[in-house]
Amino acid sequence: MAATRHVLDYPRFLGRLLWMSTDGSWRFYTWMTVLTAICLVGANAWARQLVEGMALTGMSDHVSWGLYVANFTFGVGLAAGAVMMVIPAYLYHDHEMHDVTLVGELLAVAAIALSLLFIVVDMGHPERAWHLIPGVGRFNWPVSMLTWDVVVLNGYLLLNLHICGYLLYMRFLGRKPRKRWYLPFVFLSIFWAVSIHSVTAFLYSGLGGRPFWNSALLAPRFIASAFITGPAFVILLLQVIRRFTGLPIGEGPQRTLTSVMRVTVLLNLFMLGSEVFTAFYTGGAHAGPVRYLFFGLHGHHALVPWIWTAVACNVASAVLLHLPASRRRVTVLNVACVLAFVGVWIEKGMGLIIPGFVPSTLHEMVEYVPTVTEWKITAGIWAFGLMLLTVAVKVALPVLSGQLAAQAAQAENPSQEEEQRAAA
Amino acid sequence: MNDFTRRTALKGAGATLGAAAFAHAMAPLTEWTKDLSLDEFLQRHYKELTPEEMQVILRRLEEETKREYGRDVTIQDLPPQEGVSFGYALNLSVCIGCRKCAEACHQENNHDRRSGNSYIRVLEMEQGSLDLERGNADYDHAVPAPGKYYLPVQCHQCDNAPCVKVCPVQATWKEQDGVVVVDYNWCIGCRYCEAACPYHARRFNWTKPEVPAEEINPDQGYLSNRIRPQGVVEKCTFCLHRTRAGRLPACLEACPTGARVFGNLLDPKSPIRWVLENKRVFVLKEELGTRPRFFYFFDK
Ligand code: SF4
Ligand code: SF4
Repeated sequence: MAATRHVLDYPRFLGRLLWMSTDGSWRFYTWMTVLTAICLVGANAWARQLVEGMALTGMSDHVSWGLYVANFTFGVGLAAGAVMMVIPAYLYHDHEMHDVTLVGELLAVAAIALSLLFIVVDMGHPERAWHLIPGVGRFNWPVSMLTWDVVVLNGYLLLNLHICGYLLYMRFLGRKPRKRWYLPFVFLSIFWAVSIHSVTAFLYSGLGGRPFWNSALLAPRFIASAFITGPAFVILLLQVIRRFTGLPIGEGPQRTLTSVMRVTVLLNLFMLGSEVFTAFYTGGAHAGPVRYLFFGLHGHHALVPWIWTAVACNVASAVLLHLPASRRRVTVLNVACVLAFVGVWIEKGMGLIIPGFVPSTLHEMVEYVPTVTEWKITAGIWAFGLMLLTVAVKVALPVLSGQLAAQAAQAENPSQEEEQRAAA
Repeated sequence: MNDFTRRTALKGAGATLGAAAFAHAMAPLTEWTKDLSLDEFLQRHYKELTPEEMQVILRRLEEETKREYGRDVTIQDLPPQEGVSFGYALNLSVCIGCRKCAEACHQENNHDRRSGNSYIRVLEMEQGSLDLERGNADYDHAVPAPGKYYLPVQCHQCDNAPCVKVCPVQATWKEQDGVVVVDYNWCIGCRYCEAACPYHARRFNWTKPEVPAEEINPDQGYLSNRIRPQGVVEKCTFCLHRTRAGRLPACLEACPTGARVFGNLLDPKSPIRWVLENKRVFVLKEELGTRPRFFYFFDK
């Protein structure tokens, strides 16, 4: 009986959210219009890439993955790190964190969507994606690590959609969420967050022919940097939310996340240092890619500016986070977060993917520089991810703060809603 | 209420505008979908096709080649022969680095003419070193150069092939006669195999291959040298459209020095067996455990 009601009510709830998501101030409309425009530029570039072929990218048979896979890797890390805030909330019963975990989960959803899109645009034949459907296509599971990634990423997406959807729906109905309907999933998602980034690391570290990736340290490095970018993004996001919605978010979550970052930035630098030491002290074939990355090799230097920018950003953010000022002045903290985000984006993106291919397996030096097409598509996907996040956060917050509830929905009185927002 | 309807109208206008802009952005796709037939889209994996279905597909591909490249070709699907397992060996003492094999591969396998693609790369190596890092594939001078020797590299048809392991959709696999093949109509173009291969043996079709009609090799195989679609991976197949019919690989026939030895590993009287039994052979990157079927040896 109750179940059949939900079958009708839940879609109605989703429809209501969708309708609401298109309401907003002029600031919101401007923001969304700009993002839409960027998205369209990306979509157009992708359509052309499909027609004319991947030759429009800077990739070659020597460097067969580039900017797309770099962003994919980073996106997975962001998704894993976003759920970071769930750990203190549920494992240590930090109540202030409880209120903001939803924001983390929404970020995870957007980041996974972004990662999956980066895979789609990297495929030569995206229309053949059905070959990946178990039972219908030929899913090479469990042998291929890529199939593991498909499983864990989609599983993670569903998991987080369920948690967010359920919690919001209960608030909407004005009911207390039932623990057994979400708590097991929350714990599962913590475990799952670690798994998505580990599996993504195994994708690379399992390749014996690529010494740069063939390191057991890769998965731990991925996890450490995920726990930098996730918290960094959430710290900034919470401030934006507080500013534009007036939702009372305490200082607690920010403090917790900052202390997480203080540890992980150092951990990340330490592991990077260990890799660099091993490569250079051993020398030989292992040193080639690392030398290329940091100093250039045989007159090829394309990555050198990238990686030193990353190192500078990472070191600067580590220093800033440990200055007492980062506790007092939020600007210092924000700068540190932005630096950390950019630093990891480069280091776990271009700085990780490209040296796997240069020098090539036959030790040829062929460099890679992303083309305009690649930048357009990349920007388009990021814009899409931000749109998704904006809409998700925007519709979730009124539900959370109780402005949108089942009763109000039945009254169907939008002007009243307007007033409420104006008042807020 | 007034405000409500105005808002609805505005949203409607916004949605229409957005949809129109989106359609415009995706307009190039019409050309792409024109090339994509439903049969092709729904085609199942090579191993799931009945012989009759395969015949239909082969005729369709022949027609397509005729339409798009203006050449009558025969595409066959020769099965591996019973009791045959292929192996290849290369005598580094006599190879002079002339790259005739690479050129023959380019023609035999209908490679894209603009990129000058070939499944074989010849490295110019320094005497006294097997370190690939000191090799050079871009040499451009009279050969053989003093103090150098030459190392042609192509797919080693590994028995423990990393490329096969990583493919998420089993679009690439090892056949009974030892050849690692790709179903070009099943590959999704993720290029994971290209990242996994330790010998730079795989190539991606970054564009639609361009081959003038008169240069097309009309003797083609479904799993080997038919003209590949854009956006899929390809590789050396030991010329299986030739070797499964009892002929030798094109690269071997083109070699002026007789450096190449090909044959059936299961036949005790084959030349390849003689080489394996009488020469001190080695394989590249043995430590990776890929177990290649491509062997190198020095005479002296
Ligand atoms: S050489 Fe490369 S492409 Fe050929 S079988 Fe081995 S791993 Fe695969
Ligand atoms: S590019 Fe094709 S053959 Fe290679 S791993 Fe991907 S789907 Fe398999």
